[in-house]
Amino acid sequence: MTPAPEKTAMPTGKDIRQALLTGFWFMFLTFPLLVIKVHPIEQTVTWRWANMLWVGGLSAAVALACRLVAAHRAAGGERRRQEPDRAIAAPSQAFFLTPSRLVPLLAAVGLFFLVFPLLFSTYQVNIMTTALMYVVLGLGLNIVVGFAGLLDLGYVAFYAVGAYTYGLLHLHFGLGFWTALPIGGLLGALFGVLLGFPVLRLRGDYLAIVTLGFGEIIRLVLENWGDFSQGPSGIANIARPGLFGIEMSLETSLVYQYYLTIAMALLTIFVVNRLRNSRIGRAWFALREDDIACQAMGINKTAIKLTAFALGATWAAMAGVLFAAKTTFINPASFTFLESAIILCIVVLGGMGSIVGVVAAALILMLLPEYLRAVAEYRMLVFGAVLVLMMIVQPQGLIPRVRRTYTGSH
Amino acid sequence: MQPLLTVNDLTMDFGGIRAVDRVDLRLRPGEIVALIGPNGAGKTTLFNCLTGLHRPTGGDLVLAPPGRPQRNLNGLPPHRITAAGLARTFQNIRLFPHMTVLENVMVGRHCRTTSKVFGAIFRPEATVREERETVGMSLALLERIGLAEQADEWAANLPYGAQRRLEIARALATEPLLLLLDEPAAGMNPQETQELDALITSLRDDGLAILLIEHDMKLVMRLSDHIVVMDYGRKIAEGTPEEIRRHPAVIRAYLGEEEYGA
Repeated sequence: MTPAPEKTAMPTGKDIRQALLTGFWFMFLTFPLLVIKVHPIEQTVTWRWANMLWVGGLSAAVALACRLVAAHRAAGGERRRQEPDRAIAAPSQAFFLTPSRLVPLLAAVGLFFLVFPLLFSTYQVNIMTTALMYVVLGLGLNIVVGFAGLLDLGYVAFYAVGAYTYGLLHLHFGLGFWTALPIGGLLGALFGVLLGFPVLRLRGDYLAIVTLGFGEIIRLVLENWGDFSQGPSGIANIARPGLFGIEMSLETSLVYQYYLTIAMALLTIFVVNRLRNSRIGRAWFALREDDIACQAMGINKTAIKLTAFALGATWAAMAGVLFAAKTTFINPASFTFLESAIILCIVVLGGMGSIVGVVAAALILMLLPEYLRAVAEYRMLVFGAVLVLMMIVQPQGLIPRVRRTYTGSH
Repeated sequence: MQPLLTVNDLTMDFGGIRAVDRVDLRLRPGEIVALIGPNGAGKTTLFNCLTGLHRPTGGDLVLAPPGRPQRNLNGLPPHRITAAGLARTFQNIRLFPHMTVLENVMVGRHCRTTSKVFGAIFRPEATVREERETVGMSLALLERIGLAEQADEWAANLPYGAQRRLEIARALATEPLLLLLDEPAAGMNPQETQELDALITSLRDDGLAILLIEHDMKLVMRLSDHIVVMDYGRKIAEGTPEEIRRHPAVIRAYLGEEEYGA
C-alpha cells in the first residue's frame, strides 16, 4: 500500500516529503506495539507487517491533510485579519442568538431534561446524572481556568474534599446530605484558599505543576492515612440524599437524585453566569488577559486569584458531596489525576470561559462513551485525538464565549 | 501651589546596574511634565517605580492630594498606588485584547467600586446601581476619546491609535490625580497625534497632573510646562521647554550636536 500523497495534485514536494517522514516516524514509534506480538505461552512471536503499512499510510495521509488545511488557512489569513472577530465568536452561533430562536430551543432542551426519567430506563437516568455532575465540575473549573486563566491540574482534589466531607461526617456523626452540602462547599472554599496561597506567585506551567502535585497529595493522604479516611477500602453505606425523611425505593431515589443534580447544575449555571458578568468576573478576565495591566488598573491580584480558587473549589466540593450521596461508596481511586484531566478536557473542548460550551462538552464527553460501549477501549485515544483536532481546527472551543454587549448597537 | 507628587532621591538597582539614580521630581495639579531622554535612560523604569511594578531600592514617593492628608507611597503594591490616584498607560500597549472596548474601561472602575461575590450573585439594589454607574461612566469616557461607536468591539480589533487612546480612557476610569503616559504618541499618524494633543490638553485643564514620556519632540515642546531630561538613569537637566531647547547637556546627550528645532 502506498501512502496517500499521490492522490492529490495540489501538494508540493515538500508537503509530500514531510508527510512521508511523519508516516515513517509513526511506523517506527508504533513498531513494538503494533507489529511484534509475543505469545508467551507458545513462546512464539508473530510479526504483523501489514499493521506497519497501515500505520504508515494512514499517518502520512493525515499529516498531508493537516498540512493542506494549514496551507489553506494561511492563504485565507489575510481575509481573517480584516475580520478577526470570526476567530473569537463563530458565525454559526449568531443563528441561535436571536431571542425568537433561542427561547424555543431552550424550552425544548428544558422539556427534554424534565421528562427524561419518564422516557428512559433507570440505567440511562443514572448515566445522565453522572454527566450532569460533570457539568457542575466543568463549570466550576471554568471559573479558575476559563475566567481567571489559572491552569489547575489538581481540581479533582476539591471534588475529593467534598466527597470525603460527606462520607466522614456521615460515618462519624450520622449527618445527612443536606447538612453536608453546605459544609462541603465551605470546606472546598477553604481548601481552595489553602492551595491558592502557595501558588500566588506562580503562573502558567509552574502553576500547573504545583496544582497537579496538590491533587496527588490529597489523594495520597486519603489513601494512606487509614485512621482518618479508612484508606483504599474507602467509606461505604453513605446515605442517599433525603427528602423530609420520606422513604424511597432505589428507583425513586435515583430519579430524585437526577432532579437534584439538574437543580444543582442550573444553580451552577446561574451563579457562574452572574459571576462572569460582574465586577469580579471582569477582574478575572483582566487577570487572564494581562496580569500587569490588571494590577495597574487597581485590581488586587492576590484577592482576585484566591477568590477564583475558592469559588472554583466550592463547586467541586459540592459536586463531591453529590457524588458520595449518589454512589454511596467512595474511595481514593475515584479521585485520580485522570479525573482532573477529563474535567480540564471538558473546559478546553467546550471553550474556555464559555458557559454553554462547557455544558455541551460535559454532556458530550460523558454521554458519548456510554453509548459507544463498542469502542470503549479506545475512549482515551479518541479523547486525545479529539482534543488535538480541536486545537488545530477550532482552538477557541466547541462554542466560544460570546461577547457581551452593553450598548445595544450590535 | 503645593506639589501633588514629590519624588526624592528615587533609586532603582537591578543587581549591579543602577537604572534610576537619585531622581527628584515634582508635579503640581494641572501641570504637564515631560520625561525625555535617549532609549535606555531609565524613563520607563522610573514609571514602573512610581506605579509600584518595581519596588524602588531607595528614595521617597509622597502623594499630597489637595484637601486630603499626604501619604507615603513607598513600597505599596501596584493596585494600592492606583487606588491612591496614580494611573498609567504602557509603552507596549497592554489592553485586555479579548474583552470588549467598553469592558476594558469598566475594568478601570474596579478600584472605585466595591461589589463582591455576594453582590455578583444576588445583585442587590446597590450592586445594580453600581453596575449601571460603571457602564455609564465608562461610556462617557469612550465618548470623550471618540470610541463610543466601537464600545462593543473586541479591544484587539481596534486600530493602533485607537488602542492607545483606549489605554488612556482605561487609566482615566480609575479617577486618577496623576496620569502617567508612556509614549502615548508612538506609532500615531499626524492626525492622531493632533487629537492626542487636544485630549491631553483638555485633561490638564480638568486639573489632572500629567507625567509624559515621549519621543515626539514637537508634541513635548508644545504640551509641557516642564521638562525633565534623563540619561544613564540620572536627571541631567530640567526646566521649561525653552530652557531645555538651549541646555548644552541635553543637546549633547539627546538632541545631537546640532540644535533642535527650526
